[in-house]
Parts: sequence; C-alpha cells; structure tokens
Amino acid sequence: MDQGADRALSERAPNSRPQIGGVRDTFAPWEDPAAHPLVRFEGVSKAFGDTAAVTGVDLSIYGSEFFALLGPSGCGKTTLMRMLAGFETPDAGRILLEDRDIAADPPHRRPVHMMFQAYALFPHLSVAQNIGFGLKRQGAPRREIADRVEEMLALVKLEGMGKRRPDQLSGGQRQRVALARAIAPRPRILLLDEPMAALDKKLRDETQFELMTLQQTLGMTFMIVTHDQDEAMVVADRIAVMREGRIVQVGRPGEVYEAPADRYVAGFIGDVNLFEGRVTTSEGGRVRLVGDDGTFEAEGAGPVGESAWIAVRPEKVEVHTDPPPPGVNVLAGRVHDYGYLGDWTTYLVEIAPGRLVRVARANTTRTVARPLGCGDAAWLTFAPSSAVVLTR
Amino acid sequence: MRRGLSAFNIASVVLGLAFLYAPILILVVYSFNASRLVTVWGGFSTRWYVALFQDAQMLDAVWVTLRVGVISATIATAVGVLAALALVRGRFRSRTALAGGVYATLVMPEVILGLSLLLLFVSLGLPRGFWTVTLSHATLTLAYATVVVQARLATFDRSLEEAAQDLGCPPWKAFVLITLPGIAPAVAAAWMLAFTLSLDDLVIASFTSGPGATTLPMRLYSQVRLGVNPEINAVSTLLIGLVATGVIAAYLVQQRRRRREAVPR
Amino acid sequence: MKRDRAGLAAIVPFLWLALFFAFPFLLVAKLSLSDTALAMPPYTPRIDWSQGLAGVQAFLAALDGETYGRLTQDRLYLDAYLSSLRIAATGTGLLLLIGYPIAYGISRFRPAVRNALVMAVVLPFWTSFLIRIYAWIAILKPAGVLNAALSALHLPPVDILNTETAVILGLVYAYLPFMVLPLYAVLDKQDDSLIEAAQDLGSTPLSAFWRVTFPLSIPGAAAGGLLCFIPMAGEFVIPDLLGGSDTLMLGKVIWTEFFSNRDWPAASAVAIVLLATLIVPILLFEREQAKVLRA
Repeated sequence: MDQGADRALSERAPNSRPQIGGVRDTFAPWEDPAAHPLVRFEGVSKAFGDTAAVTGVDLSIYGSEFFALLGPSGCGKTTLMRMLAGFETPDAGRILLEDRDIAADPPHRRPVHMMFQAYALFPHLSVAQNIGFGLKRQGAPRREIADRVEEMLALVKLEGMGKRRPDQLSGGQRQRVALARAIAPRPRILLLDEPMAALDKKLRDETQFELMTLQQTLGMTFMIVTHDQDEAMVVADRIAVMREGRIVQVGRPGEVYEAPADRYVAGFIGDVNLFEGRVTTSEGGRVRLVGDDGTFEAEGAGPVGESAWIAVRPEKVEVHTDPPPPGVNVLAGRVHDYGYLGDWTTYLVEIAPGRLVRVARANTTRTVARPLGCGDAAWLTFAPSSAVVLTR
Repeated sequence: MRRGLSAFNIASVVLGLAFLYAPILILVVYSFNASRLVTVWGGFSTRWYVALFQDAQMLDAVWVTLRVGVISATIATAVGVLAALALVRGRFRSRTALAGGVYATLVMPEVILGLSLLLLFVSLGLPRGFWTVTLSHATLTLAYATVVVQARLATFDRSLEEAAQDLGCPPWKAFVLITLPGIAPAVAAAWMLAFTLSLDDLVIASFTSGPGATTLPMRLYSQVRLGVNPEINAVSTLLIGLVATGVIAAYLVQQRRRRREAVPR
Repeated sequence: MKRDRAGLAAIVPFLWLALFFAFPFLLVAKLSLSDTALAMPPYTPRIDWSQGLAGVQAFLAALDGETYGRLTQDRLYLDAYLSSLRIAATGTGLLLLIGYPIAYGISRFRPAVRNALVMAVVLPFWTSFLIRIYAWIAILKPAGVLNAALSALHLPPVDILNTETAVILGLVYAYLPFMVLPLYAVLDKQDDSLIEAAQDLGSTPLSAFWRVTFPLSIPGAAAGGLLCFIPMAGEFVIPDLLGGSDTLMLGKVIWTEFFSNRDWPAASAVAIVLLATLIVPILLFEREQAKVLRA
C-alpha cells in the first residue's frame, strides 16, 4: 500500500504536476527507465492468407500490470494474444518473455495461461480436477495439488464446489472455475479473452471489480482482450488501442481518454466533438484554430497554417440558457434532441444545419430551475484546457 | 420452431414404420408358434427356443460370430478413430485419397469386396478361417466406424483441446485426455455399428471364411435354402431382442444425459 | 500446430486400405485375365517367383482377355448386367418416392419426437438383415402371411415370391434407412424462416414446398440415391432369397460363377465390369461427401 495515502491533499508536495485523468495512480513501472518489461513484442506481424491480421506491433507489458488490448472485432487483438499464448506463430518479429524469445515454443511449454472466452471447461472432469489440471501436467505431488485447488476455490469464492461437474454450475460459476484453472499453475502472465462478453450488465460490473481486486491481491500480470471500452477503462492500468492490426496508442486510461493520439482513438473511447479548422497560432502549449464552426483554443501544439482538429468531450462542454460574453470556444444553437439517463443528461445541440454538438451534464441536483427542451436556444462554451488539438 | 404437421406427414411416417417393423413382428410372433407352419397358429410355445439351445451347430456358429464381431469391431473402431482424426484435422495432400478410399469402401457391393479379399488371402497363402473373416469384417466396417466418429469429431469444441495444451499438455496428450473422452459416445456408437454389421454379414463371410469358422449368417443361409426352420425364428427373435435392448438403452442414456446438461442456469 | 500431427494418424488407415481394399482389386483384375484350371486355387497362370524376372515375364505372357470374350458371347451376362442396373435404378426411384415423404414427415414433428422417430427408423437396421429378408419369405410365399391376409379379405392370392417384384420389394425394404437418413439430415437442417418468407410473399404451402424446400433438399436426395444405388447394383442376398431363377443380377452371377461353377476368372471379370460401371457413381458420391467434409 502506498505511503502517501494517509496524507491530506493539502499537505502533498505542491510541485507534483497535475495528472491527466482524474485519479492518483502510483503504480507506473513503464515510466521507470530501470524497469524491465515482462513481455515484449518486437515488430510482430502475422497474416492469414491475403489478410494482414497484425502488422509491426511493438509492445511492452510490465510485471503486475493489468494490461488491456482494446479494439473492434477484426483489429488483430485476439491474434496478438493467441501469439503470446502460442496458438499462432508470428510471420515476423519476436515475442520475448523475460528476455527469452518464446515464439518457437509450443503452447504447452509456455508459462502463459489463458482464460478462454467460452471457458472451455473439461466436461468430463470435476471442478477440482479442472483447476488442478495444469499442476498435474507440471508433475506436482498430489498433496500440493489438493492444497492449491483448495486455495483457488477460496480465492474465487467457490468453496465446497470441488466435486461438482461443469454442467452443474451457473455461467458465473463456470467463469470463476475457468479463472481459477488458469491461475492455479502460477503463470507469469494470465490472458483473458473477452471474459465478460457472456455476462449481463450487473454481473459484468461486479466481475470487473472482482477481477481487479484479484489481480492486485495476487500481484499477477493480467492481459485482457476486449472490444468493450468501458471494461478496458475500468480494469486496466494501461490500454493499447488497436486498429486494423496496428497499435494506435498505449497509455493509462486517463491518458487515452483525455489525450488521445488521433481522431480514431478519440472517437473510439467515449464520445467526442470534433471541430475542424486551420491552425493560426501555436505557442506556449496553446493552439488557436479557425474553422467553419468558429474560433477555438485548445491545449497542445499544431502546425501553423495547416488543418487540424479540436477535440472536446461532451462532459467538458457547458450549456447555458443565456448568451455568454463573446470569445473563443463559444457556440450558439438549438437543442435538437436529448437523452435523459437519470444520472446524466445528454443534449444534441444543432449549431448549424446538420451539425450537431454533443453535450453531457451530470444531474447534480434533483430539480432544475430552467430546464432545456427540444427547440430551445442554447449556448455552449468550454475552457481551452478542456480541449486538445489533434493533427491526424 | 413452429412446423406444421399435416395428416399426410403423420400417415407417411406411420406407414413407413409399419412397413419397416411388420416383418420383424411377424418373426417374433411366429417364434412362439407351436406349429411349424407360418399360416397356422398352433398355440403359444417355446419349443423352438429349446430346440435352438440343443442345436450344437447353431450355438457354435453363434459363438464364432460373436468372437468375430467383437474383435473386428474393435479393430475397425481403433483404425476408424485414426482415420477420422486424419480426415477432420489433417492437412496432408492425400487427404482426398483417404476420404475416397473410405467412402468407396462404404458403398462397394459386398460381392466385389468379398471376392477381392479372398483373392488377397489366397495370394498371401493365408489359410481361410477365423482370422481371415475377422480381418475382412474389420475392413468392411472400418468405413462405417470412420464416418460415425468423423461426424462427431468435426463438431467437437477445439477450444477444449487448446485449453488443455495451454495448461501444459502436449497435443497428443490433449487428444487422449480431453478429446477422446469427449467423443466417447460416438466411438461407442461406431463400435456397436461395426459389431452389428459384422454380426449380420453373409456375403463377405462366405467368401473369406473357412472350415471351423462358420458364422451364424452362413448357417442361417444354408438352412433357409433348405426351407423354413422355426428355430431360425427363435434365434432371430433373440438377436433382435438383444440388439434392440442395447440400442434403446444407449438412446435412453444419451437422452438422460442431454436433459441433465440442459439444466437452467 | 506447425507439424501436421493429425496427418500422422492417417498412416495406419492408409496402409490398411491400401492392403485390404486397393491392392486386392489388382488381384481381381489379374484374375479376370487368367484361365480356369483343375488346381487349387483353380486358375492359371500363377507367378513362379523362383524363376525371378523370367517367371514374371512368363506370367504376363500367359494372361489373356479370353474370359472377357466369353462374357460378351453369352447373352446371360449382358442380360444380368442390364437387369442389375434396371432393378437398382427402379429400387432407387421407389426409395426416393417412399423415403422422401417419410423423411419429410419426421422433420415436421417436435424435436423430442423427431429423435425418437429417427431411432425407430434406424432400429431395424441394427437387427439382422438376413433375418428380415427371411421374414419376407414367410410373408410372400404362396402359403405365407400376405396371402393369408388377402384370403381373409376375400381377395385372390398373389404369387410374388421368386419374381423380380419380390426382389425390388426386398431392396426397398432393406435400403430404406439409407435413403431416409441422408434426406432427413438435409430436411431437418433447413431454416423454417425460408418457408415462412415464401408464404409471406404469397406462396401456398404446396408451392412453397416445391420452390423452396424441395430444391434445397436435392443434395440429400443425391447422397441417399447414390448410397442406395451403388450397393444395390451388386446385391446378392435379396435376389438370391426372394428372386427366382429368371431374376438375373450381377451379384448372383458373381456368386454362382465363384461357388457353383468354380470359375474364378469369370467371377473376377464380371466383378471388374461391375466395378467399372460403378466408378462414376462412386466418384460422384465421393465428391458429394467431400463437399460436406470441407464445410
């Protein structure tokens, strides 16, 4: 546990720089130049016939990290994971586990274990036999296997279920067995293939937190593959966003969300408003951009005279019922549509024919003095520090 | 799935089943007929069963047939599992040739198969008897066993094997520990099919058998040529009863297992 | 898996089939080019290995096509050939006519009932084939059950046994499961929403059947047809037990030549001719199955 936890906010060192994203994160081995990654992909490529599944991937994953590979279906994330597990071999590049190239090792000889998407529990073996399967293959003595199985059953809260068969368990229980089975042989890294795809929302939320707790308790390195950006954001220490076989950005959830590398990442994770224009000035970490929608200022740097985009998230845009003083980052329009979700309200404001800006506002009070409805005039503003400039 | 069931559909199925089962029912009924004649009902009697159990030649033929059946079915199933594995998972170029050989054996008229096998044994100088029949039956039933196992293996969830490999099993061990138990019902069905076909075969046995290895079908055939012998009804009924019990039992076990697996979460 | 381990499993089956299936056909072909002899085994020439290469040459020189000549000269063989094909074709046609409604009927039942019905169709197949044919003798003979039933209904008796009709009846009876199962497999897999779409667009149920169900079931019918026709052409037991002396089928001819006449070369020659005829249907069948294999 981290020493700074019991010191009040006001007592903390004043020159600790403001962290992007909202949370204080002390675990960051990737920022330590002396740290050594557990897994490294170097220039890994793989094609199936004419289709390139993975192209030139470089990635480092550190010990005790909860790493997420995020992307739409077909982006290559599953192929990448299967290459790490050993079920596919790369056409080019190296895969290093603790500095040893394992690309040629068959799956049964790698200290890497996988929790399969459909769990793949052995139907003719009991829960205990499933969990002990990997240890048995390692040749551990029977006593040790039994102890470890008991330990695992307690860890995933399935005590007493050892003698049951998979077909006697619920979906959630089967998932825990699959997890326990993959963890029991103490892999160097645990791979999770879309683990929450089959669960309903409530169960998914619970499972996400359980997984995180489990990972921190064990201190084991987890790598999750998912297309669900909420899931990746919640559980991961770092996310790698993939698109068409390439890694587009790697970073903390906060970094990926608030400092996306390009418009694809900005649009893939959460919602974003993009304003295109020409960069007129770029100095002191601020950029001014002029476009059809207006004049904007945002953080970052951009090539003067060329086109770029301003990206601002819906929750960073303020909506007003009275016109604000004129300036940069001001838009006027009419409420085109809205979505009330209970905790948040989303507005779609039309600032020009066919041009909609998305605004999200937390409903921090139960009643609203001057509510907005469809057709009402609305003004939108946002701070320059709330927006970033994207050059691609 | 709503599927309309018309009177025509029901009639087709009922008539079809009646057509299939009528001869069997007649056989069973007349095995208990005290009279020799088929057209005359002489009262209920088990005399033909008694006569059957005193007929040494018949019993000897039954014993030979059972032994040939068990051994040839076992060989056919073992080789059939290998063939199914190669056909479903293999990537070798002569895969079509193997498939071709299997399917050709499946449809080949038995007289051709029997003749060619006999010529093989003659040219190899093997004396005809128990083992030539057994090897021939194994060849005949190999294709059927392969097809049954292949159908199941093709739908087997390969992620189970991958999970086993992931946890430390070399591929062959994953097959033995995980896949084989998974396809075990199909392997058992293949064995039963091979056994029944062997039990039943007349043509190939006639060509490839020898002195001291007369099978039941061969014995039955020679008797049928001489005329109707009610003992045949008795042995037929027993065989039908034996096989029917086995098949129905297997079916019920399978249904019960399927129902258990469908327990709601 | 880089190395094709599953492919290694093909070695034993391959060797088995090569030795017990493929190689013997060469022997049959060789025998069809030989002559009868009063010896055991009753044919000549035989390779004298002790003479080495010269022995092989002498052997090859002694082969001739005389047996085939005999086949063409005797009308009996041609008649048997044509009637085998005719009977097999008739039987297959009847099987399609009878088997299709049965398969279709089964596919209309509830899933639980469907499985039981399929089992009911398959069950006779598991009981002795010979015995069931034998049962038909008891039914069809002049003093048999059929005539007893007919006379009870005051209808004239029929004399079917030992005629071609009995043979076809027996063939249809024996091969019915082979036709129903492939047809049922195809019909069962069909998506009901296709029929509903057709009806929604204005088709009557009958028309929907002809335009949607039937065309899609043709692969199943082809598979079933070939699965029945090919072995039927060479069938022995049924023509022997239920047919008379005028029912000529090649299976019977081969048997008679071999066992009664001890004319092994003639039996082999007839077998080769039958095999040559069936090569095309066999290849068609394999092509159909290969499609399934690739799917």
